[in-house]
Amino acid sequence: MIDNSGFPEQQGLYYPEFEKDSCGVGFVTHIKGEKSHEIIRNGIKILESLSHRGACGCDPLTGDGAGIMIQIPDEFFRKECAKINIDLPPEGEYGVGFIFLPPILEERSQIQVWFEKVIKEEGGKFLGWREVPHDSSKIGTVARSVEPVLQQVFIGLGKNTKPEDLEKRLYIIRKQIWNKINTSDMYQKTYFYICSLSSRTIVYKGQLLAQQLDQFYPDLADPDIKSAIAMVHSRYSTNTFPTWALAHPHRMIAHNGEINALRGNINWMQARENQLKSEIFGNEINKILRVIAPNKSDSATFDNVLEMLVISGRSIPHAMMMMIPEAWKSHETMSQEKKDFYKYHSCLMEPWDGPASITFSDGRYVGAVLDRNGLRPSRYCITSDDIVIMASETGVLPVEPEKILVKERLQPGKMFLVDTVEGRIIDDTELKHQYAVRNPYGKWLKDNMFELDDLPEPKEVQGLNEKTLSERQKAFGYTLEDSKIIIQPMAVNGEEPIGSMGSDTPLAVLSYRPQMLYNYFKQLFAQVTNPPIDSIREEIVMSADILLGCEGNLLSETPENCKRLRVTHPIVTNRELEKIRNVNRGGIKSKTLSCVFKKKDGVRGPEMALEALFKEADQAIKKGFSILIISDRDVNSENAPVPSLLACAGLNNHLVRQGARTEVSLVVETGDARETHHLAVLLGYGAEVINPYMLFEIIENDINNGIYPAGLTFEHAQQNILKAAKKGLYKIIAKMGISTIQSYCGAQIFEAIGLNEDFVKKYFTSTPTRIGGAGIIEVGESQIMKHNHAYPEENTTDNLLDPGGEYQWRQTGEHHQYNPQTIPLLQQAVRSGSYKIFKQYAALVNDKELNLTSIRSLLRFRKSNPIPVEEVESAGEIMKRFATGAMSYGSISKEAHETLAIAMNRIGGFSNTGEGGEDPARFKKDDNGDWRRSRIKQVAPGRFGVTIDYLVNADQIQIKMAQGAKPGEGGQLPGHKVSEEIARTRHTIPGVGLISPPPHHDIYSIEDLAQLIYDLKNANAKADISVKLVSEIGVGTIAAGVAKAKADHILVSGFEGGTGASPLTSIKHAGLPIELGIAEAQQVLVMNDLRGRVRLQADGQIKTGRDVVVIAMLGADEFGFATSALISMGCTLQRKCHQNSCSVGIATQDEELRKNFAGKPEHVINFFTFIAEEVREIMAELGFRRFSDIVGRVDLLESEDLVNHWKAKNLDLTKILHKPSVPPYVAIGHIEKQIHDLGRAIDLKLIEASRDAIENNTPVKFNSKINNTNLAVGTMLSSEIARLHGLAGLHEDTIQIDFKGSAGQSFGAFLSRGVTLTLEGDANDYVGKGLSGGKIIVYPPKEVKFVPEENIIVGNVVLYGAIQGEVYFRGLAGERFAVRNSGASAVVEGIGAHGCEYMTGGRVVILGPTGRNFAAGMSGGIAYVWDKNGDFDINCNKAMVELFRIETRQDLDELWAMIENHYRYTNSSVAKNILSDWDNIVGQFVKVYPTDYRRVIEENLAATERERIESIVK
Amino acid sequence: MGEIKGFIKYKRKDVEKESPESRVKHFNEFTLPLKEADITVQGARCMDCGIPFCQSGCPVGNIIPDWNDLVYRNQWASAAERLFKTNNFPEFTGRVCPAPCENSCVLAINQPAVTIKNIELSIIEKAFGEGWVTPRPPKIRTGKRVAVIGSGPSGLAAADQINKYGHVVTVYEKNETPGGLLRFGIPDFKLEKWVIERRLKVMYEEGVNFITQTNIGIDIPIKDLAKQYDAIVLCGGAEQPRDMPVPGRELEGVYFAMQFLSRQNRVNAGQLIEPVEAISAKGKKVVVLGGGDTGSDCVGTSIRQGAASVQNFELMPRSPKERTEDNPWPQWAFIERASSSHEEGCERDFSILTKRFSGVDGRLKKLHCVRVEFSAKDPVTGRQQMKEIEGSEFEVEADLVLLALGFTGPVKNGMLDELRVDIDERGNVKTGTDRMTNIPGVFAAGDMRRGQSLVVWAINEGRAAAESVNRFLSEPLR
Repeated sequence: MIDNSGFPEQQGLYYPEFEKDSCGVGFVTHIKGEKSHEIIRNGIKILESLSHRGACGCDPLTGDGAGIMIQIPDEFFRKECAKINIDLPPEGEYGVGFIFLPPILEERSQIQVWFEKVIKEEGGKFLGWREVPHDSSKIGTVARSVEPVLQQVFIGLGKNTKPEDLEKRLYIIRKQIWNKINTSDMYQKTYFYICSLSSRTIVYKGQLLAQQLDQFYPDLADPDIKSAIAMVHSRYSTNTFPTWALAHPHRMIAHNGEINALRGNINWMQARENQLKSEIFGNEINKILRVIAPNKSDSATFDNVLEMLVISGRSIPHAMMMMIPEAWKSHETMSQEKKDFYKYHSCLMEPWDGPASITFSDGRYVGAVLDRNGLRPSRYCITSDDIVIMASETGVLPVEPEKILVKERLQPGKMFLVDTVEGRIIDDTELKHQYAVRNPYGKWLKDNMFELDDLPEPKEVQGLNEKTLSERQKAFGYTLEDSKIIIQPMAVNGEEPIGSMGSDTPLAVLSYRPQMLYNYFKQLFAQVTNPPIDSIREEIVMSADILLGCEGNLLSETPENCKRLRVTHPIVTNRELEKIRNVNRGGIKSKTLSCVFKKKDGVRGPEMALEALFKEADQAIKKGFSILIISDRDVNSENAPVPSLLACAGLNNHLVRQGARTEVSLVVETGDARETHHLAVLLGYGAEVINPYMLFEIIENDINNGIYPAGLTFEHAQQNILKAAKKGLYKIIAKMGISTIQSYCGAQIFEAIGLNEDFVKKYFTSTPTRIGGAGIIEVGESQIMKHNHAYPEENTTDNLLDPGGEYQWRQTGEHHQYNPQTIPLLQQAVRSGSYKIFKQYAALVNDKELNLTSIRSLLRFRKSNPIPVEEVESAGEIMKRFATGAMSYGSISKEAHETLAIAMNRIGGFSNTGEGGEDPARFKKDDNGDWRRSRIKQVAPGRFGVTIDYLVNADQIQIKMAQGAKPGEGGQLPGHKVSEEIARTRHTIPGVGLISPPPHHDIYSIEDLAQLIYDLKNANAKADISVKLVSEIGVGTIAAGVAKAKADHILVSGFEGGTGASPLTSIKHAGLPIELGIAEAQQVLVMNDLRGRVRLQADGQIKTGRDVVVIAMLGADEFGFATSALISMGCTLQRKCHQNSCSVGIATQDEELRKNFAGKPEHVINFFTFIAEEVREIMAELGFRRFSDIVGRVDLLESEDLVNHWKAKNLDLTKILHKPSVPPYVAIGHIEKQIHDLGRAIDLKLIEASRDAIENNTPVKFNSKINNTNLAVGTMLSSEIARLHGLAGLHEDTIQIDFKGSAGQSFGAFLSRGVTLTLEGDANDYVGKGLSGGKIIVYPPKEVKFVPEENIIVGNVVLYGAIQGEVYFRGLAGERFAVRNSGASAVVEGIGAHGCEYMTGGRVVILGPTGRNFAAGMSGGIAYVWDKNGDFDINCNKAMVELFRIETRQDLDELWAMIENHYRYTNSSVAKNILSDWDNIVGQFVKVYPTDYRRVIEENLAATERERIESIVK
Repeated sequence: MGEIKGFIKYKRKDVEKESPESRVKHFNEFTLPLKEADITVQGARCMDCGIPFCQSGCPVGNIIPDWNDLVYRNQWASAAERLFKTNNFPEFTGRVCPAPCENSCVLAINQPAVTIKNIELSIIEKAFGEGWVTPRPPKIRTGKRVAVIGSGPSGLAAADQINKYGHVVTVYEKNETPGGLLRFGIPDFKLEKWVIERRLKVMYEEGVNFITQTNIGIDIPIKDLAKQYDAIVLCGGAEQPRDMPVPGRELEGVYFAMQFLSRQNRVNAGQLIEPVEAISAKGKKVVVLGGGDTGSDCVGTSIRQGAASVQNFELMPRSPKERTEDNPWPQWAFIERASSSHEEGCERDFSILTKRFSGVDGRLKKLHCVRVEFSAKDPVTGRQQMKEIEGSEFEVEADLVLLALGFTGPVKNGMLDELRVDIDERGNVKTGTDRMTNIPGVFAAGDMRRGQSLVVWAINEGRAAAESVNRFLSEPLR
C-alpha cells in the first residue's frame, strides 16, 4: 500500500523505525520583533544555500523535504480570509492549523467534519477552512504521487476560553483529532497530518527540494506575508520514500542530528504518562495522551515532548535545558547553581542524548541549542540592523561586512536565544543563570537527595562461599575460560579482555549447548548518521550517575522530586548492595525479589517464576517500596536461576506497560553477569544498578588460591573489576553515541538474534528480532541443563568447570569453523596447489551437520537444471570480484601485507591498505612486473598517511565507517609497534603511540559523509568511493543514505569477521551476522531503486565458494576475505595479533619473527582460484553462466529443515529471503554509475588558470569569488598536481589564489604543496583537512568593524589528519582544531573544545583562549598556547601531555617565526602586539609537550649527542 | 598467557639422561628430572594459541595450554587438577608417550616445540610427591556392576572412570599382576613398575576390584560373567604378534619381541628366576627385526643383558631428517628419530628384507637378507611398490633374532570366539561409536578395538568406553 506516513510498512528485514534523517538548519530573525517580508525571503535564501546539505533520491526533482516556520502572518491571513468570508478575530485570538489531508474526498470530508466537532467540544470556535494555494508542477513526480490535500483551518476562541489559554486549547484539539483519526479505519488516514496548529507560528513544508519551497507555496512569495522569525530546514533522509509529514520544522523545532537514546526516552516517557499531574491541564490531562505519536522520527518525538513541557507551563528554554543538559557532571568551571539545576532536573528526565543542533521557536523566542559534545555545526552572525542569522554554515546569507557586529558559533551544550518581545539576545550565561536560580535547587537537593556514602555501613555483607562456589558457577554456566580470559584481565589490570581474529563459533541459537541469554543480544552502534564517542579521550562528557527511588511528577517543580538516592556508578560491590537493601530514608525502601525457579517445575519453571515475580513487584510497589532488587542468590540444588536478564527485562517491560515503571528503581543482584556485555544488556533492559556478586567471589577465591600475582588484595582486585566494568560500559554506550548511563538505561539498544517474536514481545518489548528462534521453553531447558550439570543426580568424574572453548578451541568445547582439521587442510591445499584437498576443506566447512554455525548454513540452493562447468564464466573473471580485508601495515607485517597486494594485483582482485598509509615506493610496479600497491586505499578515522599522493594512487578509496570486529570503536597502535618504517608511512614519529578515534571527526551525520565522499572524489575522480559499514538493524536504511550520498561502492561487513585486536565483548557481541546485513542492504536499496548505482560488497568469515554464492544471492556483487587469506599465508589462529608475538611472522613487527613468514603470493592466488572454481561448480549445478545473473537472486535459496535442533527448530528465515516487490525495471544488481556532478566545481577554473604552473612550476597568482556552496575548493587542483609530482608537489607559493567570500566546507582539503589559498572572508568546517603541503590563510574582510580575534573565522575540525603545510587564521576557530594533525603548522587566535585532539605531529600556535579538553589523546607535535588569563591548565587534558614554559632557544625561535609569519600573512593585531612586547608576553606562553613524544625526541637528541662526542673522540 | 614472547626468550630445554655407558648397566629409568625452575620456564614458552593444535594432537585432549601456564605461574596444584580432568594416568604417558602433542605444537612449525611431555610428567610427579593424588571414591554407589577384562592402560582407564561414575568395577587380568603391556611390554628402563603399583593402590582404595590370573574365556566362560555384571568392557589388547613365515623361522633363537621383553620384566620384578636355558641376549649376536618402539625396546634390553652385538633392521627406507612436503605440520612427522636405545650402541639399517634364517642343529646362525627399494607413491592409493635390488643379497651372523613386526589384532580363540562378537575388516573387535559391540552391554576398548596403538590412545579408549557404559547403565533410570 502506498501511503505517505513516511515509510513503507515493515517488510523483509526492513524496519521503518530505523529510518534516519539529518540536514541543514537555520533561522533568521529580527531581534526587535519587527515583522517583514524580507525575513521570510531571507529564510528561503538560507534554505537554498543549504541545499547541498539536503538530498534527493532516485528522482532528482523530489527532495527529502524542506520547510519554514514563521510567525502567524496576521496581515496576510486577514487579507486572504476576507476573500473566503472568514471573519478573523483580533491578532492573537485565533489559531491557524496547517493540515495535510487525504486525497479521497469522502475521507477528507469526514476528517473535516470531525475536526470541526472537536474544535467545538474543546472550547474553540471553528472559523473556516482555507485551501492552500500550491503549484504541483514545481515538484518531483515521486512527491507529487502522494501529495496530500493542503488546507489551513482557522479557529477562534470559544465562549469560555481566555486568550492566554488558546495555545493549550489548540494543543488539546490537535491531540484529540489526531487520536480519533489514528484509531479510525480510514484507508488514507496516514495522509492526515497537522504541520502546525497555533496562534503564534505556522509551518509551511513538504517533500520538496529547498529551492522548490516558495515556488510550490505562492503564499510565501506574497509581499504581504510577514514575520520577524523565519526558521528553515532542508532534510536529508536515508530513504527515498515519499514523506511529506516528516519534513521539518516540526511544531516547535527543526533538528540536525540524531537522538541515540530514543527507545529509552520513549519508554520512560510512556511510563511517566501515568504519573503526570498538571495544574494547567487539571483533569484534562488524559486528553493529551499519548504524548508521543508512534512511529515518527526521533526529532518528531522530541518535538512532541518539548511541546508538552512547554504547554504545561515551562518556558521553551527551560524545557530545552531539561532535555539537552550540558555535560555538567565533571565540568570544572560551571557555577554551582547551574550544576544544581541540572542535577535536580536529572531526577525528572534522562538526557535526550545524541548529536544535535536544534533550532526552536514558539513565535516569541527563537533560539538554538547544541548537544553536549558539540557534534553539529551552528554558526551565527548578528548585524548592526538587528538581524540575527543562524545556520549550519556561515555565508548562507550575504551580509555587508561593515554591518557585522558578531560572528560566532554555538558551543557544546550552549544555548542561544532571541526574545523578539523584549527585543534582545539573551546569551547562554545569562539565560541559564536565570533558570538556575528560579528555585533553590541546591537547597532542595541538600535536603532531599542522598548518596550511597551517606548510608550506614551494613551489619552483614555476603562474601565468598568456597564450598558451593564451583557448583553455583556451573549453575550459572561458567567455564574455565571465564576465569582465565574474561575475569583475570579485569581483576589484575583493570582492563577489558582483548582478543583478535573474529568469531567463528555458532550463533547462540545454533549452538547445541545451553547458552547465556545475553548471547542472543547484539549491541547496536552508531555509524554514518551519528558518531560514536571516544569515551576515553572525551570522558568529560560521560556520566555514570544513577538515581534510585520513585520518580516525581514531570510537570511540577517541587523539592519532593529530588528525594532520590544517588549512586555514582551502576556496578556495585556486595557492601554497597547491602546499603541499598537496607535503605530507609526519604520514603525510599528496598524489597528483594527472588528470581529462581524450582527445578522440579521443569522447563516451564522460568515462566511461572516470572509471573510470580511480576505479581510480587506490583504488590511491593503498592506497599510503597521504591527499589526492587531482583536476586538470584537463592540458587541451590533445588532452585535454578531465571536468567537475570530475562527477569530484569521482563519486569521492566511489565512495569512500563503497567505505567508503574517510574515508581521504582530496579537493582539486579546476579551471579550470571560477568562480561561487560552482560552488564550492558542488563542496563539496556532497565537495570539501574547491578551487583555481579559471583565475579567478586571468584576473584576472592582465585586470590586465596594464589592464582593472581602476589600482592594483589581482594579490595584492590575488586576495584579493578569495577574500573574495567565502567570503562567497558562507557565504551559500549559510547559506541552508540550515548554519553550518560542514565540515558542508556532502558534504551534497549540491541537486536535479538535467534529468539522468537512472542518471547521478545512479552519480555523484551520493541526489540527487533528478525529470524525467530528459541523462546521461554528453550530458555528453561538451558537453565535446567546447566543446573543438572551443577547439581548432578549422579557422580561426576571431576569437579572442574567445563573448559569452555568459546574464545579458544577446545577438544570438548564449542564448535569452531576454523579448527585443527580445517586449517591444515586449507594450508596444504594452497601450498601444494591441490584443489582436491581444498575440496576436503570446503566439505568440512560447508557440511551443515558438522557446521551449524552461521545463518548461511541454514540455507540451501533450490534444485535446477545443471549445465557443463566449462560454460560458466572463467575463474579469472570471478576473481575480479574478490578483495582482501583492510589490514593495515602495522597490524600485519610488511611481508604479509605486500604478499597479499602482489597476489591480488596478479589476479585482478583488490587488496586494501587498511588504516596505515602506504609506502610511496609501492605506487610503482616492481621490475618483475609485480605490483605491491593496494588498489583500495582506506580512509579511516585516524587518517594515517592519507595524503593527496596516497589518494591519487587508488583505484578505490574506502571510507571505513565501522569494522566488523569492533564497530563504533577506535584503535590504538602502541608506541613499541611504531617502527621507523611504519612511522614513515603513517607520517608520524617512531616510538610514539597512535590513537585512531572512534568517529571520523568530519562525519557526524549523513550529510557530512556526502561531503567527505565529495572531497575524496575531488581528490581522485578516477577512483570509486566506497563506504564500509557493519551489519546491524537499520544498515539497509543507512546504505540507502550512503547511496544517495553518491558512494560508488558499499561494503557491508559482518560482526563475525575482522582480524584486528579488539575487546572480546565487541568481537562476540557487537554487530550482526553478514547474511542479515547484506540482505537488508539489498532489500532496502532495491526498495529505493538505488541498488543499480552501487557495487555491493560483503565480508565476514567467508570461507568457501558456497559461502560466496549464498551471499551473492542475498545481494552482494563482491566479496571480502581476510582470515582465510591470512590462513593461506600461514596463520594458525593463535589469536595473539595484539601481542606482536605472531610466531609465523604475520601479525608482528618483530624483526626476528618476521623472518618466519612463509607465505607466498602463489598460496593466496591458489586460495582464490579454488574459491572461484568452487563457485563455478555450484553455478554449473544451478545452471548459471554469468556471475552477475545470480546476484540478488534470493529466490534461488531456501531454508533448511531444522526439526532436529532443540533451539534452532523454530528459526524462520523468510525475512532474509524476502524480495521487495518492485517494478521489473528496478535493478537488483550493479548496472550504472553514480553521477557525481564534479563539473560544477570551481576547481575546474582554477586548474585551467594554473595549467602552466602545474606542469612547469611557473608561478601564477589570481583572484576568485567564493561562497558556501563551493565545496572542497583546491582539492581537485591538488589532485592534478599530485598526479604529476606526488607528495613533493610544486615549489612554495607557485600557485597563489586570493578568494573573497565565505568558503564552503573542506576549503583547501588535501591541498598540495606549492598552492597558497588566501581567503578574505570566513570559512566553514574542515578547512585544510588532510593538508598535504599547501598553505591556507584566512582573515576577515578589511571593512569589518568587529574585533577579529573575538569572532569566528573558520569552523570545526580544521586540519583533520593534516600531513604537512601551513595555515594562518586571523580569528577564532571552532571545536577540534588540528584534530589528528600529523605535521602541519597552524596559527590561530583562539579555538573551541577538544583542540589538538589525537595530534601526532606538527606545530600549533594558539594566540587566545582554548575550549575544554585541550590535547586529549595528543601523542605528538607541540602546541604553544598564549595563556593570557592563566586558566589554560583547567582546560588542558593532561593525561598524555606535560606543560612547560617557553625557554629553549629552539622553542623561542620557532614560536617567534610562526607568529611573525602570521602577522605577515594576516596583518593580525594580536600577532603585532605580541611581537612588539615579546619579552613580556613570551612568559605567558605555555608549551604543550606530549610525554611520549618528548621521551622519543630526547632519546634521539641524546643519541645524536653521543654520536657527535664519539666522532670527536675518534 | 605464559609469557608473551617467552618462546623467543627461552630455548627449549629437554630432560637430561644418564650417559649410555652408565645406564646400560642397569634396568632402571635413566632420565634425570629437570629442576622445577627449569620446568616453569619451559611453561613460559607456550603461546596459548587460539587453536591449540597440541590439544588436538593429544588423544585424550589434555588442556595443555592451561597447565603450561599454571606451571609457569607455579600453580602446580591447579595444573594437576586440570591434568586429572583429561588424563587418568599422566605418570604413564609422561614417561612413554611419543608426544604427538609436541609434534603438532604451533611453535614446531619453525622452532623446537614446547616440552609438553616433561611438563606433564613434572606435574603428576609433583602431585604424587605433595600428596595431592588421594583416593577420591565416588560419593554415591549406583549398585551397578561392571566387569573390565584386561588391565592394560585401556582397561585401567575404563575401570577408573567407571568407578568414578559410581558403578562397582571388577578388573580381570590373565597374568599374575595387573598392568598389561605397561607391566610386561614396556621395559623398566622406560617405565619402572612401582609407578604402576602406585596407581593401582589409589584405584584399589577408590574401590576398584582386581582379579588376576584369570583368563576370561579360558578359566571362566564369559557367559558366566554376563550373568553377574550389568556391563562388560573388553580390553584384552591386540596381542597377536605379526609373524615372519620364512624358511628357518622355526629355528631356536628366533623369538617374538614380547616373549623376550616380558621375560626380562618378570625377572626384574623377581617374579621369575632366570633358568639356564632361558632366552637371553647375553654374549650373543642379536638382530632385531622391526624399527618401531618395540624393536627399540628389544635393542635396549639386549644391550643391558650383555649382547655381543645388536643390529636393528627395518624393511622401510630410512625416514628423511625433516618433514617432506606431503607430510606437513601438524601431521605426525615421519622423520628419522633415534630412540634412547639406539644411542646405547646399536647398528641400524634400513630397506632390508629378510628372506630366510639358517642355522646349525636347529639353532639359528644366520639371516639371509636382501636390500629393497620402493617406487614413488601411487597418487591414488598412496601405496609404494617394493622391489628387491638384484645382487644386493647378503648374510648376517646372528644367535638371537627378535621379531618386532607389530601386532595383527586381538587373540581370537577363547573369549572372543565364545562371545561371537563381530570383528571388523582389520581383525579388531567391531563396535559402534558408543564402543558397544554387537552384543548389548558388552563394550570394547583399547587395542582390542582399534588395533595396536599408543598408551595414550588406550587411555582415551578406556575413557570413551566408560562414558558409554555409564550412559548405558543410566538410561533405563530415565
